[in-house]
Amino acid sequence: MEIPYNVKERPDTGLYNGKLGVWFFLASEVMLFGGLFSAYIFLRNGVDYWPHGTDYLDVPLATLNTLFLISSSVTMVMSWASLKLNDFKKFKMYCGTTLLFALAFLVVKYFEYSAKFAHDPPYLPSTNNFLGIYFTMTGLHVLHILGGMLVIGYYFGPGSKMWKTEPERFTNRIEIVGLYWHFVDLVWIFLFPVLYLL
Amino acid sequence: MTPEEVKHHIKTYVIVFVALAFLTVVTVAISYLDIGVVPGIALGLFVASIKASLVACYFMHLIDERTTIYWTVIATAISFLILIFIPIGAMLAQARVY
Repeated sequence: MEIPYNVKERPDTGLYNGKLGVWFFLASEVMLFGGLFSAYIFLRNGVDYWPHGTDYLDVPLATLNTLFLISSSVTMVMSWASLKLNDFKKFKMYCGTTLLFALAFLVVKYFEYSAKFAHDPPYLPSTNNFLGIYFTMTGLHVLHILGGMLVIGYYFGPGSKMWKTEPERFTNRIEIVGLYWHFVDLVWIFLFPVLYLL
Repeated sequence: MTPEEVKHHIKTYVIVFVALAFLTVVTVAISYLDIGVVPGIALGLFVASIKASLVACYFMHLIDERTTIYWTVIATAISFLILIFIPIGAMLAQARVY
């Protein structure tokens, strides 16, 4: 049996089902990260002294990571636009570049975390509330990056076969993955100043 | 969407990317300003909100979407604000007690 409305728009919503589905999923993600931002405000207001991000964290590295994520968002949306222009080669190039930017983000994050653990005494989530919320929020964000890379990697590799048989459906899938990826970028846009700069 | 429309979108994506990169530098620069904690936080979050709006409006195409998605986003934003105002409300209540 064919799944309905994965290409054609559903008359009552005006959208194909997957698109509305991913927006509902992103709504739940907003609440997941929202809970942590709420906890951050609660922890910060509950103490007389809250460290400045620069006391523990590396701002230049985080700035570099911000640029990596912004760039990956652009290449992601360009990969969707390439499919809309029927240019599969360009799609592959942009999609691959998105993966490379995501990988670069993870490499920088690895060096950041390693520096914390190697510090004498080590900076651990249990050291204080600041580091506790830092590792929780950035750790959850890293898991989202990994999840995104897995899906983007699938559509870059074996999943891209669908372009030959159902190009419109494949384009919609890339749009959906893109929406998720931009959300991950959007979360970082707030994490960066909140944890590192303020 | 016609190929011409897509090409127009691509130009917008490039402009938004440049704006986002510039605003990232602005965000970092603000953190070095000696304007006090609360104004610093307000300004930093204001710039972050502009960046987030650019991503949502142009990369996520919210600027031109269906009503169903707008309702989903509005309901999410209200729920998020409630979550954020719970600790702020607690802080204000505590300030009134002492």
